[in-house]
Amino acid sequence: MTETAAAIAPARTNDAAVALDGVDVAFRLADGGVYRAVANATLKVADGEFVSIVGPTGCGKSTLLNIAAGLLAPAAGRVDIFGTTLATLNRQAGYLFQADALFPWKTALENVAIGMETAGTPQDEARARAGKWLTRVGLGSFGDRYPHMLSGGQRKRIGLAQVLIRDPKILLMDEPFGPLDAQTRQIMGNLLLDLWNADRKAVLFVTHDLEEAIALSDRVVIMSAGPAARIIGDWRVKLSRPRDIAEIKLDPAFHDLHREIWQMLKSEVIKGYAQAEAR
Amino acid sequence: MSRVKLTFLQVMVAVVSLAIWHILTTYPVFGRMILPPFFFSNPVEVVKQIYVWFATGVIWKHLYVTLIEAMLAFAIGSVGGVLVGFWFARQPRTAAVFDPYVKMANALPRVVLAPIFTLWLGLGIWSKVALGVTLVFFIVFFNVYQGVKEVSPTVLANARMLGMSERQLMRHVYWPSALSWMFSSLHTSVGFAVVGAVVGEYLGAAAGLGYLIQQAEGVFDVAGVFAGMFVLAAFVIVIDTVVTIVEKRLLVWRPVVGEARP
Repeated sequence: MTETAAAIAPARTNDAAVALDGVDVAFRLADGGVYRAVANATLKVADGEFVSIVGPTGCGKSTLLNIAAGLLAPAAGRVDIFGTTLATLNRQAGYLFQADALFPWKTALENVAIGMETAGTPQDEARARAGKWLTRVGLGSFGDRYPHMLSGGQRKRIGLAQVLIRDPKILLMDEPFGPLDAQTRQIMGNLLLDLWNADRKAVLFVTHDLEEAIALSDRVVIMSAGPAARIIGDWRVKLSRPRDIAEIKLDPAFHDLHREIWQMLKSEVIKGYAQAEAR
Repeated sequence: MSRVKLTFLQVMVAVVSLAIWHILTTYPVFGRMILPPFFFSNPVEVVKQIYVWFATGVIWKHLYVTLIEAMLAFAIGSVGGVLVGFWFARQPRTAAVFDPYVKMANALPRVVLAPIFTLWLGLGIWSKVALGVTLVFFIVFFNVYQGVKEVSPTVLANARMLGMSERQLMRHVYWPSALSWMFSSLHTSVGFAVVGAVVGEYLGAAAGLGYLIQQAEGVFDVAGVFAGMFVLAAFVIVIDTVVTIVEKRLLVWRPVVGEARP
């Protein structure tokens, strides 16, 4: 089904890679009530565009990503992927999770190869490709290690290779570098930008770190504190590419934009904390 | 503590215990034997008995029978536990319907089933196998059920995003997870397979370690009972060592507690 659709559709269309239109997300609570996490979210990510969503903790950023991935169905509104309304899992997207999502019983190489094997690629071929991908993320000699033998940063690299080997048209990332230390985050950010530069996929990147968002993205979208979080701001980042994450943070334009966005984000962060404490 | 010292101390525990046992059953204290040899025998007699068993070769037949019974109980109980565990975990409705009966059957002390099995299956090995199966089945079943249920939601979501079909999820996610839980209970389930075999033999059999102990007890041959116990203990240690080796090979992907990162 999807294959025929993909064959008919031209490689690049005018349709947005991801288009959320008036999306509401609601969860049923244990006491029978309904918790409205996200309200009326409208967001377009063009093909080849790198968009970050920034917001205070618990505002529903990850929820929005799960909607785009098709892991969660919206309570209202619709999701279009390259012009086609999403009804099931988003087959065009790769998802890099915040928590550890590697298969602990598979080696690094098997973890990377699995996405191709499930799609029907012969094992030998998939493993050969996986080996190349491991080299691209700088872990060429770690193929026979199991995830527990690797550091957090190395596991994230494997995760990145695991997703990218399938060549998804859309990349969804849920605070992928959140648990890493500052230096590793910077290195991972540059690695991500390098890999992304090669074929410019549409990226939806969720983070709570405004600096990271500005350094990586073409656009930064701000969400308000939950419940019923809304999208309250949308900034274009006019910094030149290719970028180096460490250097770009010294750019005056970076500072101006950071100050401007932070003005809005600050009040939401404070609101978010107040609500978290009241809960 | 160095390895040599540790081994030395471990051996000393056995030597001292045996010495105390020997002295208290051989030499009277204030004209009284603290451990009457009739009830406690003594280490020399026990060793003699064990020597006779091995020298004449009588023991091999009994060891063989117990081993076969335990292995069959383990194999049949495991296969049953895996199948039912998977089935229940994937069909919550079926699991809900059978839940009270599973709990009931598991709460039942399995020894009471032994007479029934003897009636149904006779005095041969199958009545002991059946008893072992009832013990092994539940351990494996609960572990597999848990293993399938407790797959990390993130790993599951990742697998689905990587395009796995329901069958591929089975093979690459649920199955390894369930197996890892099952393997981590390998010591318990193998141990219970032996327990089932020995208890079954004790309650009525024509061969096996349990039978040997029961026969000795029947003629007040305390040395024979102790000898049987020691042989059984050694037998269980050997099996446990084999299980440890197998486990290490199967769970190579698992972190060992306290293991440093290379």
